[in-house]
Amino acid sequence: MTDNSKTRVVVGMSGGVDSSVVAYLLKQQGYDVVGVFMKNWDDTDENGFCTATEDYKDVAKVASKIGIPYYSVNFEKEYWDRVFTYFLDEYKKGRTPNPDVICNNEIKFKAFLDYAISLGADYVATGHYAKLKRDAQGNQHLLRSEDMNKDQTYFLNQLTHKQLDHVMFPLGGMVKAKVRKIAEKAGLAVANKKDSVGICFIGEKNFKEFLGNYLPAKAGKMMTIDGEVKGDHAGLMYYTIGQRRGLGIGGGSQNNDPWFVIGKDLKKNILYVGQGYHNEHLYADRLVASDLHFVNDISDRGDSFRCTAKFRYRAMDVDVTVHFNADRTQMTVDFDDPARAITPGQAVVLYDGEECLGGGIIDAAYSKDRELQYI
Amino acid sequence: MKQVYFDNAATTPMAPEVVEKMTEEMSHNFGNASSTHSFGRKARMTLDQSRQIIADSINANEDEIIFTSGGTESDNTAIMQTAIARKKLGKHIITTAIEHPAVLKTLAYLETLGYEVTYLPVDKNGLIDLDEFKAALRDDTILVTIMMGNNEVGSHMPIHEIGEILKDHQAWFHTDAVQTYGLLDIDVKRDHIDMLSTSAHKLNGPKFLGFLYKRDGVNFPSFLRGGEQEDKRRAGTENVPGIAGFAKAVSLLTPEVKTGMQKKYMGFKQQIIKGLNDADIDFEINGSLDPNNLQHVFNLWIKGVSTYVMQTNLDLNGIAISGGSACTAGSLEPSHVLIAMFGKDSPRISESIRISFGKYNTSDDVDYLVSNLVQIIQRLKSKETVK
Repeated sequence: MTDNSKTRVVVGMSGGVDSSVVAYLLKQQGYDVVGVFMKNWDDTDENGFCTATEDYKDVAKVASKIGIPYYSVNFEKEYWDRVFTYFLDEYKKGRTPNPDVICNNEIKFKAFLDYAISLGADYVATGHYAKLKRDAQGNQHLLRSEDMNKDQTYFLNQLTHKQLDHVMFPLGGMVKAKVRKIAEKAGLAVANKKDSVGICFIGEKNFKEFLGNYLPAKAGKMMTIDGEVKGDHAGLMYYTIGQRRGLGIGGGSQNNDPWFVIGKDLKKNILYVGQGYHNEHLYADRLVASDLHFVNDISDRGDSFRCTAKFRYRAMDVDVTVHFNADRTQMTVDFDDPARAITPGQAVVLYDGEECLGGGIIDAAYSKDRELQYI
Repeated sequence: MKQVYFDNAATTPMAPEVVEKMTEEMSHNFGNASSTHSFGRKARMTLDQSRQIIADSINANEDEIIFTSGGTESDNTAIMQTAIARKKLGKHIITTAIEHPAVLKTLAYLETLGYEVTYLPVDKNGLIDLDEFKAALRDDTILVTIMMGNNEVGSHMPIHEIGEILKDHQAWFHTDAVQTYGLLDIDVKRDHIDMLSTSAHKLNGPKFLGFLYKRDGVNFPSFLRGGEQEDKRRAGTENVPGIAGFAKAVSLLTPEVKTGMQKKYMGFKQQIIKGLNDADIDFEINGSLDPNNLQHVFNLWIKGVSTYVMQTNLDLNGIAISGGSACTAGSLEPSHVLIAMFGKDSPRISESIRISFGKYNTSDDVDYLVSNLVQIIQRLKSKETVK
């Protein structure tokens, strides 16, 4: 067995079962393991309750049990400046951002990685479900996880191979059920803790109420593409493309199909709605994305190439053709089959088989050269 | 891994003599000092003897010493009970901006009850200005609570001068002496101190124990209500073995021993300064090197190196220093002391560490600290960041 004791690994411990098992496994493998809890958001309520405090207590319990030192680092300012500000700006533009993608790129694998290196770490390890593989040139490649249901490459798509050089994802080859079993067997206090849901800073709070605390909501008209007024909306930022809940319109019109958000006109402050899950205005065959990041240089694939793509977390892959613009700051992605609810602000992530190539942020969706959604 | 402890302002290891004394008392003297049988009398005797040793150490009478659970309870008792007992005389209290939270939070609570508190600012050396103090003093001031020495930067407040000024004023004078008791020479009569708080675990004694000195003539009811222990001034059965250990710790600290510690710690400071200078480390002292300041507290601004990173790196190498007080999620709160001294925008707030020496630290320990500091700082300065 190789001697890992001279290799320091800083584990980003959240107090959840995944990162706890990561710390446990690495310690078993003889690494010099250091647990660090990241505090990115302060949600202390009027009773002094703070999720981070509770989670940190779990980190302390687990780390003590495993026998590793543990610390906490505060990135509230960095998170606010680099992630939350972006999140609000996107909502102001009527888009639906994915803060977890930005958090990975700006906080977990930048600020936190730098911090770990300042502690003398050779690697950072996290509980993400994704695999890493080094090629003959020594470059890291990002691959989908063994547990297809848990695969988190979608959120990791903006990382470069340089960032990944210093990263370990020990759970990439494991299924979640096994992770829980390991935690149970090791007697980790968090073995049965439930998985966190939602965006980290919002948690299980009421999203509408949360957003309303930061951005002024401007109510307006809700209408069909043909201009028929169907009611009022509470503020465009509260709605996302393809959303059904919270519109407050019954069936009616030609049939009893439910109503969905199909577009927004930011200038006129209009929310467009249409009937039917499969409403034609919800289907796009092309998107344009910018803010492109690729794990490795992909220029050898040329200015256009075939691959698969995901437009949201846990969605099925779609066969696509990618075309770059001249300076490769933008890409057009053509889908073989129309896809539903392509949402500006979300990530489009490209895959070649098991490998996640990288991706960008969706700016616009098109159907037969006609721009959808009017954002 | 070698382990070295330089966080003695937080707590100290118990002296072996104290452990021995307490073990003896716990094994053979378990009685309740309030009981009227032989077991009780034996405990009472130990309690009385211990109280005398402790009273002598600050030139007080033995009936002026009330044992408490420590510095926090002593501070709370002195401040809350004075405020309540004297509210007819006024509702104004004077303190400083750099007191321990046991004082500041108690005063903040009193403010919600309608009391008025003046927080004296401090200069870059962590000291108040006596003229500002005199100007703040009013006819309705009922209490002045000013720490003897600061736990973060080691500034030593002009206690004697404050005592002199207050000699002919109605305000009672309380001082939190948690960091100075056991290190500096304290004389409550000389300095006209009415109340004084201490803690046993800062001077190699047991935790959860301290005393409040309350001058004869300073009267208020017990903070904790219950039994009639401590002459009805603090309810709750006395921790006699702990108190015996406390007295033992105090008796070990003779004037000669204290002078020796002061000299040793001043030498440590010079050793660190030289070591850092020799390695061209860019740093400044937060506070002053004045030998009258607390010799055991050394607060350094290491330019460009975050407190978190420094403290964690040292800990990973087995060296304990302080980066400030931990808030609930384990992160560090910005120091209210450094903010009061340098303003909230100073880089010192996030780039400073506190080294605090104790009785058992050696010059070799300091060498080890310095070589680790230098090595860590040099590595950080040359570090490559990703991207």
